[in-house]
Amino acid sequence: MDYEVVVGLEVHTELKTATKIFCGCSTKFGAAQNTNVCPVCLGLPGVLPVLNARVVEFAVRTGLALNCRILPFSKFDRKNYYYPDLPKNFQTSQYDLPIAVDGHLDIAVGGQTRRIGITRVHMEEDAGKLVHAGSITKSEYALVDYNRTGVPLLEIVSEPDIRSAEEAKAYLEKLKAILQYIDVSDCKMEEGSLRCDANISLRPKGETKLGTKAEIKNLNSFKAVQKGLEYETARQADVLGEGGRVIQETRTWDDACGVTVSLRSKEEAHDYRYFPEPDLVPIVVDPAWVEDIRRHLPELPDARQGRLMKDYGLSAYEAGVITAGRAMAEYFDATVAAGADAKAAANWLMGELSRQLNAAGKELEDCPVAPGQLAGLIGLQAQGTVSGKLAKTVFEAMWASGKDAAAIVKEQGLVQISDAGAIEAVVDKVIAANPQSVDDFKAGKERAIGFLVGQVMKETKGRANPELVNKLLRERM
Amino acid sequence: MELNKLTAHELHGRLTAKEVSAAEITAAVFARIDAVEDKVRAYITQTRDQALAQARAVDDKIKRGEAVAPLAGIPGALKDNMCVKGVRTTCASQILANFVPPYDAAVVEKLAAQNAVVVGKANLDEFAMGSSCENSSFFATRNPWDTAAVPGGSSGGSAAAVAAAEAVWALGSDTGGSIRQPAAYCGVVGLKPTYGRVSRYGLVAYASSLDQIGPITRDVADCALVLGAIAGHDGRDSTSVDAPVPDYAKALIPDVKGLKIGLPKEYFVAGMDPAVEKAVYAAIDQLKALGAEYKEVAMPHTEYALAAYYLVATAEASSNLARYDGVGFGHRGEGNDIIAMYKRSRTEGFGEEVRRRIMLGTYALSSGYYDAYYLKALKVRTLIKQDFDKAFGEVDVLVAPIAPTTAFKVGEKMDDPLAMYLQDVCTVPINLAGLPAISLPCGFAAGLPIGLQIIGRPLGEETILRAAYAFEQANDYHRRLAPLGEV
Repeated sequence: MDYEVVVGLEVHTELKTATKIFCGCSTKFGAAQNTNVCPVCLGLPGVLPVLNARVVEFAVRTGLALNCRILPFSKFDRKNYYYPDLPKNFQTSQYDLPIAVDGHLDIAVGGQTRRIGITRVHMEEDAGKLVHAGSITKSEYALVDYNRTGVPLLEIVSEPDIRSAEEAKAYLEKLKAILQYIDVSDCKMEEGSLRCDANISLRPKGETKLGTKAEIKNLNSFKAVQKGLEYETARQADVLGEGGRVIQETRTWDDACGVTVSLRSKEEAHDYRYFPEPDLVPIVVDPAWVEDIRRHLPELPDARQGRLMKDYGLSAYEAGVITAGRAMAEYFDATVAAGADAKAAANWLMGELSRQLNAAGKELEDCPVAPGQLAGLIGLQAQGTVSGKLAKTVFEAMWASGKDAAAIVKEQGLVQISDAGAIEAVVDKVIAANPQSVDDFKAGKERAIGFLVGQVMKETKGRANPELVNKLLRERM
Repeated sequence: MELNKLTAHELHGRLTAKEVSAAEITAAVFARIDAVEDKVRAYITQTRDQALAQARAVDDKIKRGEAVAPLAGIPGALKDNMCVKGVRTTCASQILANFVPPYDAAVVEKLAAQNAVVVGKANLDEFAMGSSCENSSFFATRNPWDTAAVPGGSSGGSAAAVAAAEAVWALGSDTGGSIRQPAAYCGVVGLKPTYGRVSRYGLVAYASSLDQIGPITRDVADCALVLGAIAGHDGRDSTSVDAPVPDYAKALIPDVKGLKIGLPKEYFVAGMDPAVEKAVYAAIDQLKALGAEYKEVAMPHTEYALAAYYLVATAEASSNLARYDGVGFGHRGEGNDIIAMYKRSRTEGFGEEVRRRIMLGTYALSSGYYDAYYLKALKVRTLIKQDFDKAFGEVDVLVAPIAPTTAFKVGEKMDDPLAMYLQDVCTVPINLAGLPAISLPCGFAAGLPIGLQIIGRPLGEETILRAAYAFEQANDYHRRLAPLGEV
């Protein structure tokens, strides 16, 4: 039977406020264990929370960027459960009156745009981190690092509008881009500042009733989201295909083994005993303040993609890749602003620059070649000073040294030879040395000329103008 | 006259007149503690060295000719659920028996700013849950008027210390009557301020939406003085009220002419001791004779207050006390896994009444019961507030009993939790509504004090202080000392 996959995502993102949600401790990642703590975030007897106003501002900004309605009256609730990484044994979160509701974002998959509903955005505090000695199963004890306790989180819940693992990945990528654009989160999945859980169920194609869902936790990379959901789709299809029933349960994605494993069934599900947080007053937002935040929202990914297509004639694909991350979009704009041709800048960003970043495991923020420097290289290429091949050599030198393209070209004598007189002698030498290839060419084998061009380039250390070489070879054979 | 038997305002006069030193006053209080503490047992922890150092610092100030605050050099006690940096804060619980806070409660900072002297941490029912001080996991405090009787609770140690002249003033906390009822039983003055008037930062929470810190003193003037020292907005408590603190001493006018007092009939519950009822009516007659206008008011939802209170308070407590799990601080029981460790820590650490309230509250918040219990209790709370709003449309203050009886015997109600809960029937509605109320002596029955309750509008502390002061000055109850006091 053909099944339709129905997925809804719950995404947690850490906000990049300087201080925690209910106390003045730093949120900085990577500090020595248990140094960003105080009586409040340690949940000592007698302490009280005070809401960080920046968290509300960031939540409202996020709600607006996701086309949500901002609730004028919202409140915090306690979610009660025991876990050693939670000092108070309750998490202060939002239950029935979240800060933002009823939004959406658009994703493009397979050339089609789909709108995914956002149910709600709510604020809450993060828990600490358990550190196990050795492996989690064999460890005799666990230590707790409370640095992360009280770091502000937004939970962003989608409607069950996602229909494939690929769409889930696209949704997450778009969400990450938006959160980065509006500058509320670093969205570093490897540091846990963007985390994802999924609700997934299958139903026969054409059926409108939802099937029984499983909740998949620990989908903590884009790849894990896609792989985990693909695995779970296949698993549930197998169960249903054999006439079985999917059990409502919580499962966890085991990235190493590439499988989802059952954590607990519905019967074992927690009763969180939510009730209004008596230590905090309700949040009443001023509509004028909300409008002010709306007015100051930056250009969002969709708008930016449209602008790149319209202003520079980039394809939807190119503009999509360039605008998928805020850093690349800004790098692109800066390169173009420094005088580079937009199309060439896009090609460099998507090609050589991305390749180098990946190889070095670096983020664009740490790129040793500045946008102005890339624009300089693109300029030299456009003038014909360096060939495309040579430009890559120059780029590698720029990457390694941080120097400008012009300086490297000058130092290394990499200027392209476009003087026919200087190339002719080499061409003649290559023709004389490769009679077989010359014969092949004359016999109609077009491919042979490629080899000969290559030999000339080799002799000139890549500096000869390839078009000129081609022309001279044809003339002189 | 023994110095420890004087009031704070009297002692302040003598200090600034350089007739006595703060060190002498503090020494007199400790001498008194040495003489009677084995009978009263008001203190869990005494802080002698710190207290004497604080007193000497005040004496130095006075010697240098510097002005000192009204509470400077005056020794008092803190209920042992208020955090003092470096001083064991136990909540009378085994689970916090060795807990030393790394920070000061807001009220402790305020008292330090006044150069007040803190002589120790007073006993209470464990985590402020109880009405007799018998639920302390360490020992039961006794009533200075009759050591076979309870001092009331939960701030029983604070009230007994003041009544036995083991402290000049004390702070208590009141969630459902825990300042007013022990003040009534011990024949002293106790005031529960408007919710939010005093910062709760550093008060170990029992029920967050009801808890409030307030003074316990020997007369109304001292009550005004201590309230003035601890009241005020605090950015660390989101429920703190941002309103200026009046000079409460200015409210001490011995005149109630034109003051409209109301009597809610519903507070005279079945089973009330006729002597208590008589004393409260006599007090109303006296206030009328002093010029107050009187009328009866209807408070139709009063009968549901106790049930609503025991749902709201226990629900909040079940969550507030979840942090005592043996992980980060407090008592840790042995266990082979985390769940076993939680269970052992909490079973060993909490007493019976605390466990009972945690279970009640957990039940009230559980899925399937929330609407029927917790949510309904919140609705009743709103109706009770509306009763008060309506009453305060007609009168300026309400007058009522504090408790149905005078102090009962130690052990009398320990096997009957419901009978113990009924002790709070006249006090819990005020906490549910967040209002200020004062308790002061209005007579005696069989040698035990009877308390009068005067309830005010939100932030109406000045009005209830004025009414209380007028009543007090027309009588001499505040000058009587517990028989223990004459030992």
